[in-house]
Amino acid sequence: MFKPNTKSLVGYLPAGFPTVDDGVRTLIAMVEAGCDALEIGLPYTDPVMDGPAVQDAVTRALENGTRTEDVLRTVERVAARTQVPVLVMTYWNPVEQYGIERFAQRLADAGGAGCVLPDLPVQHSLPWREVAGKHGLDSVFIAAPSSTDQRVAEIAKASTGFVYAASTMGVTGMRSEVSGANLVARIRQATDLPVLVGLGVSNGAQAREIAGFADGVIVGSAIVRRMLDAPDTDTGIAEIRALCGELAAGTHALVGSP
Amino acid sequence: MSFFHPAHGDGTGRFGRFGGQYVPEALVAAIDELTVAYDKARHDEAFAAELTDLLENYAGRPTPLTEVPRFAEAVGARVFLKREDLNHTGSHKLNNALGQALLAKRMGKPRVIAETGAGQHGVATATACALLGIDCTVYMGTLDIERQALNVARMRILGTEVVAVPTGAGTLKDAINEAFRDWVANVDSTHYLFGTAAGPHPFPTIVRDLQRVVGVEAREQIQRRTGRLPDAVVACVGGGSNAIGAFHPFLDDAGTRLIGCEAAGDGVETGRHAATFAGGKVGVLHGSRSYVLQDEDGQTRETHSISAGLDYAGVGPEHSHLRDSGRAEYVPVTDDEAMAALRLLARTEGIIPAIESSHALAGAIKLNADLGEVVLINLSGRGDKDMDTAAGYFDLVGE
Repeated sequence: MFKPNTKSLVGYLPAGFPTVDDGVRTLIAMVEAGCDALEIGLPYTDPVMDGPAVQDAVTRALENGTRTEDVLRTVERVAARTQVPVLVMTYWNPVEQYGIERFAQRLADAGGAGCVLPDLPVQHSLPWREVAGKHGLDSVFIAAPSSTDQRVAEIAKASTGFVYAASTMGVTGMRSEVSGANLVARIRQATDLPVLVGLGVSNGAQAREIAGFADGVIVGSAIVRRMLDAPDTDTGIAEIRALCGELAAGTHALVGSP
Repeated sequence: MSFFHPAHGDGTGRFGRFGGQYVPEALVAAIDELTVAYDKARHDEAFAAELTDLLENYAGRPTPLTEVPRFAEAVGARVFLKREDLNHTGSHKLNNALGQALLAKRMGKPRVIAETGAGQHGVATATACALLGIDCTVYMGTLDIERQALNVARMRILGTEVVAVPTGAGTLKDAINEAFRDWVANVDSTHYLFGTAAGPHPFPTIVRDLQRVVGVEAREQIQRRTGRLPDAVVACVGGGSNAIGAFHPFLDDAGTRLIGCEAAGDGVETGRHAATFAGGKVGVLHGSRSYVLQDEDGQTRETHSISAGLDYAGVGPEHSHLRDSGRAEYVPVTDDEAMAALRLLARTEGIIPAIESSHALAGAIKLNADLGEVVLINLSGRGDKDMDTAAGYFDLVGE
């Protein structure tokens, strides 16, 4: 998914937030500002891994009537307008209800690159991985600081594209300090795949710090928060554009973008 | 008496095609730790002895079995109530809370979190934590806080922090989400004292094992009283902890029907209900595969029940297995049917049941003459906490 010896910035935004059309505009702006890949969230009623900002955003998206089809169309529109990998981040039940095969087929047809599935642990993931592989989609699994070495090895083996290292224990959200170097080193013992760090990253300095020991940075809540706090969508997009520029500069400072 | 079912399973947490561990990776280590700790505890005679002592000398077990002949006229059979309402704190919930709080202590966890709908599990957890000197935080939806003010006050006086959850509909599902978020962030110091026989493995097994005491006692008591096994065991089902506890010791008794009563709210046909089997389909919610009330996109549907304790979009995975295998039956009971049964029991027997338990009473009335000669109903809790709701429903202040 990413070129070797590069540092990558992945930006997250749920589809349908603030609206389907404005979400597409925002995602394109994120790429224009320096994101090397996108994670598009599939809004879900019970996002147990998400902190207040993302919860708030997905609730608004659902209240706007966002459906799984809207998410797939968002992927399609964004993939058509950008040249970066577009992943879907979703809890498992919406995929299963849509139909695993049907979802993978539609995502691949839409130009999607793969999925991050935070509540699908590796031991339950085979049905998804088989179908995803058939359609050329990557399956990105998350390793946590609490993961044992055996789990890290299983996660690394099951992952394709890259491995997602959670910087900290906890849900999504901005934090004053981020870490993860130790976990990244443990993952690297198990795989040659790129290792990207997410959860809690909110500014260029943190991105630069992480890019010093990982292959990239994933940012969600800080981006979502800019839109939530903005008085209107255009201001929100401008704020997000500025933030992604800062994050990209931090991420790419040492080596450069993919 | 053994509390723990000898057939613990193969450790995968599957009940047929249901169950599992659909959880964020950050929780896997904690769940593995819990699984190992529980497996050790259930084989440890000292743990069983400590729990037995607490249940007998603190909680007040065994709870009585009360025959209710005047109420039984509406059912058309001899009816016996398993009086979990007489368990300390007023419901079956303390059986599970004491067991898991002891387990938390064995694991060296100084903090316990829990979720609660009707407040009974919250009160039981707050009680067990006060007794054992464990810090306790309980998550509760804002709607439930409103309709269960008495139980909120009880938890607070026991020293528990009650955290209001305004997300979603402000009911049990949302409280569970928030408790999971807390657990993800604090797994090192915190045990999540899950309140019902749902959630990721090993919770459905732990809660069932700790609630089996209800059915084990009832099975022995009813045989002593009637010389036979009951024709039917009836219990209410939200997540399903009291029902699985009551049903489990009867699973091999082919002559005993097992009947779960789920909350049909305004009626299944109205869409305003919490009847997971009548209106749900198989999916994943809160860490396990089971029947779930959801729309075609897999989004969890908002539920309605006059009973906060049954107002849940999921159900324990073992119930789903019992249902699909045909061993247990599940019937929907509306708010109105439950409230009529509540008043009938109060007026015929001088027992005010919880609205949750009233669904089981109403289910037995609904199946009148179809249940055989001897019926056991699990009266899972007492109705004190529901008096505001009942007063509003029956307009008692104006009577």
